Amino acid sequence: MPAIDLDRLAELARIELTAEHTAAFRADLERVLALVDRLQAVDTSGVEPMSHPLDLPQRLREDAVTEADQRDALLALAPAAEHGLYLVPKVIE
Amino acid sequence: MSAERLLTSSLRELAAALAEGRTRAEALAEAALGRAQALQERLNAFITLTPERAREAARAADERRRAGNVSLLSGLPIAHKDLFCTKGVRTTAASRMLAGFVPPYDAFVVERLAQAGTVSIGKTNLDEFAMGSANEHSHFGPCRNPWNPERIAGGSSGGSAAAVAAGIVPVATGTDTGGSVRQPAAMCGVTGIKPSYGRVSRYGIIAYASSLDQAGVISRSAEDCALALTAIEGFDPRDSTSLDHPAEDHAAALAAAGGRLDGLRLGLPREFFAVEGLDAEVRRAVEEAARTYESLGARLVEVSLPRAELAIPAYYVIAPAEASSNLARYDGVRYGYRAPDYADLDNMYRKTRAQGFGEEVKRRILVGTYVLSHGYYDAYYLQAQKLRRLIAEDYARAFASCDLLLAPTAPTTAWLLGEKGQDPVQEYLQDIYTIGANLAGLPALSHPCGVDAAGLPIGCQLIGPYLAETRLLLAAHVFQQKTDWHRRLPPL
Repeated sequence: MPAIDLDRLAELARIELTAEHTAAFRADLERVLALVDRLQAVDTSGVEPMSHPLDLPQRLREDAVTEADQRDALLALAPAAEHGLYLVPKVIE
Repeated sequence: MSAERLLTSSLRELAAALAEGRTRAEALAEAALGRAQALQERLNAFITLTPERAREAARAADERRRAGNVSLLSGLPIAHKDLFCTKGVRTTAASRMLAGFVPPYDAFVVERLAQAGTVSIGKTNLDEFAMGSANEHSHFGPCRNPWNPERIAGGSSGGSAAAVAAGIVPVATGTDTGGSVRQPAAMCGVTGIKPSYGRVSRYGIIAYASSLDQAGVISRSAEDCALALTAIEGFDPRDSTSLDHPAEDHAAALAAAGGRLDGLRLGLPREFFAVEGLDAEVRRAVEEAARTYESLGARLVEVSLPRAELAIPAYYVIAPAEASSNLARYDGVRYGYRAPDYADLDNMYRKTRAQGFGEEVKRRILVGTYVLSHGYYDAYYLQAQKLRRLIAEDYARAFASCDLLLAPTAPTTAWLLGEKGQDPVQEYLQDIYTIGANLAGLPALSHPCGVDAAGLPIGCQLIGPYLAETRLLLAAHVFQQKTDWHRRLPPL
């Protein structure tokens, strides 16, 4: 099993890990990956991956507007909104 | 009979009491709410109770009955797992991330049960985002087992199973991604069914692992599960994997059945009974259940699921991978929790997700991120998907020589809260019997079949071929005509 670059994973997952948590998470992840590593021993050559229990094509529908306008109701759920827009910290200097 | 006593009756008995005017929906709702409140401190089965809405819905049900316009389930109190979105009622997924989230719409299942006239009294406890097998990973504290509050209720739909077992409501909804309906049903001594993938719409269910998630019901008997399942089945264009298959009247098939199962071939997967961690008392009770089925006319056949043990590693790659993708939406921008202090946008994401998610959710997101990341994708994720096909093929092969599979639901009875300690793998290993049905998309149910020396319930699991829900329910129903495990009540 390759070494776990936990900082890189936390970066990709956008989860801040504090120093005290890092060691515990690393130990947990090592245990979980040791468990799932058993997969490596199985010969799966020629097997099609199964991404879904129903091996069916995606259903298509008319390209029509089906949702009612709920702008105000949806914006009301936001931690911060103003003038009909979501507010986030400044991203462009 | 008092309204509170009625809550441990069958749905048909309750419906008859309502139809004959022996009780009213309002009285049942009051009794359910009263019992839920009285047991809340002991069991923590609910995250949110909605007394005002319940009373209003019950009064409306009583009025419709006076007008002569009701279905069988009308006026019956129910509860929803707090993973189903409920319009105007906060829906938390047992997470700090959604602790204040009030959805602007109802899940399909919620909609359908409301249309059937049922009265929801509230939202039940679960493992955060349905990630767990004990209901210990909840932002609102663990749910406790009505048979012994020092023990787990099972998970993730622990609150729903506990609420039914405790006689608070006769039926509650659940979801099952790796056993989350069946395992808590087993731990709490009630009956629960996970339908075939696609049978019940996922619309409005907070997503965990979308190719595995399926809604189900928990109730006191197979017959009650049959009635409730029919109400929530059917095609929904808003779920891209909803099956275009009409709802079936499962309960009618049960009513038409005699008390025999002649000709039914029950397959016992030999690998399941050879699992190292299988408790001797659980094995004995499940084998005894098999003999009861045999005495009812079923024929027992030994079958093989050669890759049974590999279902755990396959599941613990696929589910975290899908979870890491599904849970990327929680960014503190559009809804849910946002960290109070942050330096910039990226820092806001990181702090929001660090503070908003619990430990188990973070673990699964990180594992999912790992198995999907560059360099590991083929070795883990793709390999797990190939194994998934091999596992599904094993089930298909087993069904060539039997009609249903019979197995334990879980290797042990309910363990002590905190017993599994800090090692997540110990909890994952408990899912050995349930996750195969999710990987293959098959219907499965758990029904009580005994108790251990400590008096804790033991679950027997039946797994069926795709869309064989009626066959599953029928077999369990005939079993329950002959036995009384499902009628036993916890010492509350």
